[in-house]
Amino acid sequence: MARRPEAFAVLGRAVRTPRGAVGLAIGGAVVLVAVIGPALAPYSSTEFVTKPFARASAVALLGGDTLGRDVLSRTLDGGWELLLMAAVATALGVAAGALIGVVAAYFGGWIDNVLMRAVDVILAFPQLVFALLLVSILGPKIWLIVLAVAISHAPQVARVTRAASLDITERDFVKAMQILGIPGRRIIRRDVLPNLTSVLMVEVGLRLTYSILVIAGLSFLGFGLQPPAASWGLMINENRVGLIANPWGVLMPAILIALLTIGVNTFTDAVARASLGVGGRSTEPDPLVGLAVEGVSA
Amino acid sequence: MTAPSEDIPVTADADAAARAPAAAGTPRLSVENLRILTAPRRGRPDADVVDEISFTVQPGQVLGLVGESGSGKTTVALALLGYFKRGLRLGGGKVLVDGQDVLALPEHELAKLRGRTIAYVPQDPASALNPVLKVGTQLREVFTVHGGDPGRLDEVLAEAGLEDPAPILAAYPHQLSGGQQQRVALAMAFACRPRLIVLDEPTTGLDVTTQRRVLDTVRGLCRTYQVAAVYISHDLAVVAEIADEVAVLYAGRLIEVGRAREVFASPAHPYTRGLMRAVPVLESTYELHGMAGSPPRPGSRPRGCFFQPRCEFAVAECELRQPDLVTVSPTGHAARCVRAAEVVALSGTAILAGERAEPASDEPVLTISGVSVSYTDKPVLRDVNLVVAARQSVAIVGTSGSGKTTLARCVVGLHKDWTGTITFAGQELAPGVRRRSQDQLRRIQFVSQNPYSSLNPRQTVGQIVGAPLAHFHKLGNRQHRQRIDDALTSVALRASFAARYPDELSGGERQRVALARALVVDPDLLVCDEVTSALDVSVQAAIVELLLRLQAERGLALLFITHNLPLVRSIADDVTVISAGQVCERGSVTQVLTAPSHDYTRQLLADVPAFERD
Repeated sequence: MARRPEAFAVLGRAVRTPRGAVGLAIGGAVVLVAVIGPALAPYSSTEFVTKPFARASAVALLGGDTLGRDVLSRTLDGGWELLLMAAVATALGVAAGALIGVVAAYFGGWIDNVLMRAVDVILAFPQLVFALLLVSILGPKIWLIVLAVAISHAPQVARVTRAASLDITERDFVKAMQILGIPGRRIIRRDVLPNLTSVLMVEVGLRLTYSILVIAGLSFLGFGLQPPAASWGLMINENRVGLIANPWGVLMPAILIALLTIGVNTFTDAVARASLGVGGRSTEPDPLVGLAVEGVSA
Repeated sequence: MTAPSEDIPVTADADAAARAPAAAGTPRLSVENLRILTAPRRGRPDADVVDEISFTVQPGQVLGLVGESGSGKTTVALALLGYFKRGLRLGGGKVLVDGQDVLALPEHELAKLRGRTIAYVPQDPASALNPVLKVGTQLREVFTVHGGDPGRLDEVLAEAGLEDPAPILAAYPHQLSGGQQQRVALAMAFACRPRLIVLDEPTTGLDVTTQRRVLDTVRGLCRTYQVAAVYISHDLAVVAEIADEVAVLYAGRLIEVGRAREVFASPAHPYTRGLMRAVPVLESTYELHGMAGSPPRPGSRPRGCFFQPRCEFAVAECELRQPDLVTVSPTGHAARCVRAAEVVALSGTAILAGERAEPASDEPVLTISGVSVSYTDKPVLRDVNLVVAARQSVAIVGTSGSGKTTLARCVVGLHKDWTGTITFAGQELAPGVRRRSQDQLRRIQFVSQNPYSSLNPRQTVGQIVGAPLAHFHKLGNRQHRQRIDDALTSVALRASFAARYPDELSGGERQRVALARALVVDPDLLVCDEVTSALDVSVQAAIVELLLRLQAERGLALLFITHNLPLVRSIADDVTVISAGQVCERGSVTQVLTAPSHDYTRQLLADVPAFERD
């Protein structure tokens, strides 16, 4: 009989909890705004529609920004870039970190030492500072920002993955493969990684939250899409001088970033609980199953 | 309350007196029609986990509550303390301790009762003691909570067999050995002179020597202080050693009760009889018989007698209704079976089985000579020599920490820092897996102890069994699947198991899958590391039966590592006894087990719990 892969099973369980449903709804709504927003924008994001910091009116529903462009249009247009960069940075960071962690745990010895000391060195830099350092040396290129954020994630993911893998690599089914002479990379791929699914899913969620914050922060500081392009982080920076005249120019992007991180984080929390079997009715231990194995731990 | 008669010495006389039927006086513990249900859940009617449980225990007597995994024995044990696991609730019945119904008491009254009137000794003392508090602090706490004279601390420890209390009291739990920890737990339980003590498999993690001492202590304390004890275990031999009365649980029902000696000498229920046939015994070589099938779970139990689908004595009547307890002897020996009288009459002859045929000596397949292993400076194995001939079964026996598992790991190549030589089929084996040839790797296969960690939970049985096959033989799809089916069939699993995941399987089925994974590539030598120690006796017997059959069919050589001496008798031709990394005795099973030459072997043999002691 076929069985749903672990990832889908956990996601399904997470969505059915109130926490997961709320998180998904909030995060999903923001993603929807960012993805279909550009198509809905009434004006081009670079078109001068009204006066700088004009109040909300029929012409510009959320007023004008620092140069008199439509805040609504720029808000709708300014999210996809942030999302895309965050997603790519997260994927790269988690993939690299997971690989480092699982290799260090599986092979141990000097490989473990070299990898984990390298990880410690990168960990010594605060995430944002590390990204700023790279970007200010090499210039504000999009790929560089993504790479910098990914690199800043990798060590943390590597630590978590290594700890989780150490438990798996000590299990007998891994030993059973080792004594057949099956090469390590195949054992890692077939036996270790599939058992890390839940751990990595939670890491993806967590790292996505951080990616969004770091990239939006970089964008606020001027590293990201360059003016006149629209970007939520950049908008907050550009429009903060007019906060009193037209607060929407700052509030809209800020609210969306906040909702996005809250949504992602809440959903991740639900996934973590679902994968651990904590809380949530459907994951309550079955008393009958418990009985059947009670004598086994002996 | 009866005053504890503290001056009764534990002499042979007192022993004999206590063993006499305690007809006089009210029982200390009386359980009447205990019924425990699962809590109702959406979409499932509540099922009874245990029902119609009734037994009594006299002061100073030990009742052994026997059952396999899932029989409900721990559920019953906890109910004696008025406690129910999450998801379970009381469905009716009484637990009377000196006439007082424990189950009718409110929680705060119960709390006062637990520890003072009713004590509990858990299975794993390490997890029951607080690791950050010194033993002395924890023991004193017992006196503070329940009242009592803390000055008796030394006395209490001495009673539990800890003669030199000072270092024990000053130690943290992890600084003590498993045996010492269990004694501390016993001291704690007996500290307030309880009237009833419930012991939940207290010797499971201990080696035979320590187990023997703990059992003696428990019996001595119960006799001296007239404590009634309920001793829960899946180990029939241990229960036979300690218990005066026995109650056998199957699928939540007491299916047989009676005096221990009587029940074990002539079981009246087919299930008990089956269990007895599954237990290896030291004295002579028995063929072990597993029981087909597995116990039904609560909620999915059959009509009529719960054992009937697995029962070789089943008749049409068994399907109609639950049989009542049928008394078969004047001492109260009774079984829940319509054919109890016939079963009692049968058992004497049926349990005995033929001697294990010894295969003719053959040329050696595996020769271990002068193998030594050290971790840092500590020697784990010292100059071990061992020969396994083709088609021969050699057992390595030792207590935990003797180095027997390390030896197995050296043979299969998991451990590579050893000195000496291991020769397999005429060729010297390199220490690590990586420097061995594909052919060598294929011909030596390994089955590990714990079937719960040896199968990848994310793979189907088909993928698990197929992994070695895919590695050693590049076969076409159809042939590949055929080999997997054959391997599963050879370990008595249906081919349809290939699509299942390990968490859908029982412990015995998992171990069969692990065996199939080893056998699918046609090895010459099978190294089995404690392969039955995580399994129930009936399942253990079935696995042993299977191993012996496979060995005969395939001409396998077996290296069987175990701490279970009686089991050796049933499975091995030769045995090597290891202690502290050194071989202390080697020879044919009959010779070593009947006329041991080394003191260590003699001690081991003496400590093995047995059904008859005098």
